[in-house]
Amino acid sequence: MKDITYAAPRTLAETTALLNDKGDRARILAGGTDVIVQVREGRRDIDALVDIKRVPEVNELSYDPAKGLVIGAAVPCCLIYENVVIAKAYPGLIDAVSLIGGIQIQSRASLGGNLCNASPAADAIPVLIALEGVCDIAGPKGIRSVPVEQFCTGPGKNQLQRGEILVRLRFPSKKAASGAAYLRFIPRNEMDIAVVGVGVAIQLNAAKAKCLAARIALAAVAPTPLLVADAGAALVGTTLDETAITKAANLAQAAAKPISDMRGDAEYRKHLVGVLVRRALAIAIERAKQ
Amino acid sequence: MSKKLHITCTINGNATEFLCEPRNSLLEALRDELKMTGAKEGCNNGNCGSCNVILDGRLVNSCLVMAAEVEGRSLTTIEGVANKESLHPIQKCFLEGAALQCGICTPGFIMATKALLEKNPHPTEHEARHFLAGNLCRCTGYDKIIRAVLESAECAGKK
Ligand SMILES: Cc1cc2nc3c(=O)[nH]c(=O)nc-3n(C[C@H](O)[C@H](O)[C@H](O)COP(=O)(O)OP(=O)(O)OC[C@H]3O[C@@H](n4cnc5c(N)ncnc54)[C@H](O)[C@@H]3O)c2cc1C
Ligand code: FES
Ligand code: FES
Repeated sequence: MKDITYAAPRTLAETTALLNDKGDRARILAGGTDVIVQVREGRRDIDALVDIKRVPEVNELSYDPAKGLVIGAAVPCCLIYENVVIAKAYPGLIDAVSLIGGIQIQSRASLGGNLCNASPAADAIPVLIALEGVCDIAGPKGIRSVPVEQFCTGPGKNQLQRGEILVRLRFPSKKAASGAAYLRFIPRNEMDIAVVGVGVAIQLNAAKAKCLAARIALAAVAPTPLLVADAGAALVGTTLDETAITKAANLAQAAAKPISDMRGDAEYRKHLVGVLVRRALAIAIERAKQ
Repeated sequence: MSKKLHITCTINGNATEFLCEPRNSLLEALRDELKMTGAKEGCNNGNCGSCNVILDGRLVNSCLVMAAEVEGRSLTTIEGVANKESLHPIQKCFLEGAALQCGICTPGFIMATKALLEKNPHPTEHEARHFLAGNLCRCTGYDKIIRAVLESAECAGKK
């Protein structure tokens, strides 16, 4: 790796000051599973790594049925799926965090890193969007909040301005009769990059017969992860019968604008969107009915 | 060049100090500075697991940890697995089951197996294969490794 400096500030104020001072010559280090490889391979030219793991706010992990779920940006995947309360309330989120890399990666990889790295194929982002996640961002001018679906602006690019850090992700409390799921397609069983990823979340009425709300988000089919609002809307008010699900799957396919590459051509990816939307919805419905 | 950093941590139960450059990975510090060459560099990008160590109870790829990050923390490396007199049961099972050929992947597989059995003392074959998905072996075809892992779980159970 080229010569760099390493800093491990202990407060948010110190971190934003340091980031503001160095601008794009500095890069945050959370779990390092993206950034260390990128710097080592010369894909990111920087002078400084700023390790945020000693800042208390980015390590918060809490669930309060009244207030909702808070996940600090640097909390590793393993702590999320090992938390039985969170695993029970948000199984769709657990789908995603337990398939990122292998065990060694999950010991380190964070949701903040997955989101800030802004890969179009990032596995956590669709379900963060489906679950109505909000990003809290701290910077020289204070704190601002952005819905996850607006956070990524292009491959490897995000909303963050000079001096800013993603502090945490917040999610609404688990709603009654709700369920979510994330599915990806990869040619292997583990350790691969999604050809397509689909995150869905739905809520049923008290009788568990009708759909009250639905969100469908896609990965690896556009320059950024996509919220397909009309696909979700097509399910609302229906009994989630075959006609409604086909309509949602078709709308999701229409929104997908994939490229063709070594992992799959555009037509194949579009086909997969339809298949995975149906399968993910089936899992989410099952979970909502439990 | 950036100023060298002075790092204090615990390695295999021993208080340890070392100097590193800010750009060094933990793997580089272990191998080049501390001369602990048990952890291997296979891919240097997180895919092969041959550099595995256990950091504060968690299995990590030491090629994806900066050396400076381990300040104040505790790690176990392959060098700390056997005791002075005898090999660890996992090591014995790997040897007896011929679960290695060139051996480059072996320290990583043994660290991963240790982490697996600490979490799940009686894994099924499926669970063992899933847990070890982050470790690659170019020689054995995995079957003997998986058998040695399941065998070591059984040995530990008998004791
Ligand atoms: C072997 C291997 C397998 C992988 N498998 C998968 C997979 O299956 N699915 C998948 O989606 N990804 C995978 N990844 C990629 C990576 O592990 C994930 O994207 C992970 O979530 C990144 O998190 P991190 O904490 O390690 O991020 P880091 O590498 O620490 O950071 C990633 C980027 O985000 C920035 N950043 C991090 N935190 C913040 C913050 N709080 N505020 C602002 N910027 C920040 C960093 O500066 C950096 O640019 C894999 C990587 C490897 C090496
Ligand atoms: S050398 Fe670290 S994972 Fe391959
Ligand atoms: S024994 Fe050679 S790589 Fe596994």
